[in-house]
Amino acid sequence: MSGRITDTFRRLKTAGRTGLVTYVTGGDPDLARSTEIVRALDRAGSDVIEVGVPFSDPLADGPVIQRASERALAAGVTLTGVLKLVSQVRADVHAAIVLFTYVNPVFRMGTEQFAARAAAVGVDGVLVLDLPIEEAGPFRQTIVNAGMDPIFLLSPTTTDHRLQQAADLGRGFLYGISRLGVTGARDEVASGASALAARIRAVSALPVAVGFGLSRPEHIREIGECADAAVVGSALVNVIAQEAESGDLIPAVERYIAWLRRDIDPDPGGGATVV
Amino acid sequence: MTTNSSPERIAGRTGRRDPDERGYFGAYGGGFVPETLVAPVEELRAAYFSARTDEQFQAELATLLERYVGRPTPVYEAVRWSNHIGGARLLLKREDLAHTGAHKINNALGQALLAVRMGKRRIVAETGAGQHGVATATACALLGLECEVYMGVDDIARQGLNVVRMRLLGATVTPVDSGSRTLKDAINEAMRDWVTTVEHTHYLLGSVLGPHPYPLMVREFQSVIGAEARDQVLALVGGLPTAVVACVGGGSNALGIFDGFVDDAAVRLIGVEAGGEAIVPGRHAARFAAGTVGVLQGTRSIILQDQHGNIEPTHSVSAGLDYASVGPEHAWLRDLGRAEYTWVSDTQALHAFQEITKLEGIIPALESAHALAHAADLAAGLAREDVVLVNLSGRGDKDVEIVTQRGLGASVAPPTEGDDA
Ligand SMILES: Cc1ncc(COP(=O)(O)O)c(C=O)c1O
Repeated sequence: MSGRITDTFRRLKTAGRTGLVTYVTGGDPDLARSTEIVRALDRAGSDVIEVGVPFSDPLADGPVIQRASERALAAGVTLTGVLKLVSQVRADVHAAIVLFTYVNPVFRMGTEQFAARAAAVGVDGVLVLDLPIEEAGPFRQTIVNAGMDPIFLLSPTTTDHRLQQAADLGRGFLYGISRLGVTGARDEVASGASALAARIRAVSALPVAVGFGLSRPEHIREIGECADAAVVGSALVNVIAQEAESGDLIPAVERYIAWLRRDIDPDPGGGATVV
Repeated sequence: MTTNSSPERIAGRTGRRDPDERGYFGAYGGGFVPETLVAPVEELRAAYFSARTDEQFQAELATLLERYVGRPTPVYEAVRWSNHIGGARLLLKREDLAHTGAHKINNALGQALLAVRMGKRRIVAETGAGQHGVATATACALLGLECEVYMGVDDIARQGLNVVRMRLLGATVTPVDSGSRTLKDAINEAMRDWVTTVEHTHYLLGSVLGPHPYPLMVREFQSVIGAEARDQVLALVGGLPTAVVACVGGGSNALGIFDGFVDDAAVRLIGVEAGGEAIVPGRHAARFAAGTVGVLQGTRSIILQDQHGNIEPTHSVSAGLDYASVGPEHAWLRDLGRAEYTWVSDTQALHAFQEITKLEGIIPALESAHALAHAADLAAGLAREDVVLVNLSGRGDKDVEIVTQRGLGASVAPPTEGDDA
């Protein structure tokens, strides 16, 4: 059985287009608006949507996503709320949906229960930030058994041996972290991004998405030269934070995604670079 | 009198009770870190496992512990306090007399030497009470390392003396304004720094917390306390103590002293947590009274969390005990029934602080005052032949502002509540 993530990357490959993976914290600024944001991301052309589970202690995140997590928690959104969000949007969202979470909320719910509930609402993949391969054994199996893809992060510090393990155990796609550090938008693509993508490609046929620090259409285009998809998180969360109370939130999100896609979309209006 | 800091003795204390190869003590421990930290944590594990059997490393540490820290620290019999309570004899292991004023220096020097061995020239650390920050800043000054210490803004406000000391020692103290603005949040921030700077930076974690090998390594660096204390108690009273009592924040001073007695099955090992104002979510830090199994900051242990797996805020009058998780080895010792855990309230700790200060002329850290408070209760119910050994983990100079705010320093009344001695 091939899942929605695999199908998505297959379509991208056929079309010769770079994929766009977008991250938002579920429940930021509240559950209702967050649900509309996820729909908007899909309409505007996200290929994969990562929905972050708010957590009290997001130690792998920079200030932007920390604040988003705080806003979502203040609005009363937890893992249960995020699953509800997915269940509400699943029928009309085409993009694949990946849950992006810290391990403790999942363990607290119970891995089996989490997997059953996530699969039931239509989650396609699960990425756990603080569950490295060494700790992921039973969890990974439970996710696979439930029909979802376990997604592993790889870093410039990941050894070749562990890259190979991730290649063997991962499904859907592999996620390369382009730089050492926490999440957060930057002005330039990290110099090590293409080297990491090449190392991953050397050991795996899985699609490769690269993220951490991307914020501009030029970044997406540049990542497209070495990977199958680019991930944008903090920069998008920033747009949400700035526009949350402006009355222009949803159009602003759509404009931002359209801008990010400027250089990767074959644009009939002309002018854009078609990669 | 003792040679517990000698390389042979240090080597004899390592390799005992190792966790499994993935860092588990029973069901607790492990390594729940973001991908970028997997390699540096493994590098640290390899470096530590090589250093702990390396004679030169052990000799260097032993020399520093003796000549720089002033080890062995004495075991002192608190006669006036014992008489006042009227039960068992009370002995104090005087870690407050170690250089910088707490047990934290034992671990800070060990890890700083290890960092040098690993070629890392920059150190990051978290601190709650500021004692670990001061110890780390001291070790860095001594070894010429760059030092940055993260500290919650609430802790900066209540442990001002230690902030000044760290800055004088050349460390950068970076305030942390996120989350509950205390120890947990300082650890988050230190890890965020480390994940960005791993190539040249060592994270000098201050307690038996975090991913493997930290809980093991920090316990082994602190085990000098228990090794000395066992010999000292035998020499002083001619037998083993009835009970050993220590406060438990992350749990490093407790595991350090427990380690000397863990094989003596008859000796009770008692850890004392912070009961705060009440055992109600957000108002205490008694993990074993109200916690459940979970993962926080790299390790699986007993944590204070809500039904959704978010970490609950904590409270204690002592910054060093004000933390939502506890070292995984403690959770294991408790499951095994080898150690017991209890808590005392802010008020009880403050009362013990006052008693010890006035009866013995020793101003204890508020963390240590928790152990003292429980030891007093315990001793009162025991016989004169019994001996209770308390780890006096640190001195209380840092706490004078807090106790003044609580109305202590101002009063001249003797500590006579409930006193019939
Ligand atoms: C004097 C003193 N005792 C105890 C502690 C608690 O730490 P641990 O439980 O690791 O000994 C601290 C921490 O700051 C401290 O300063």
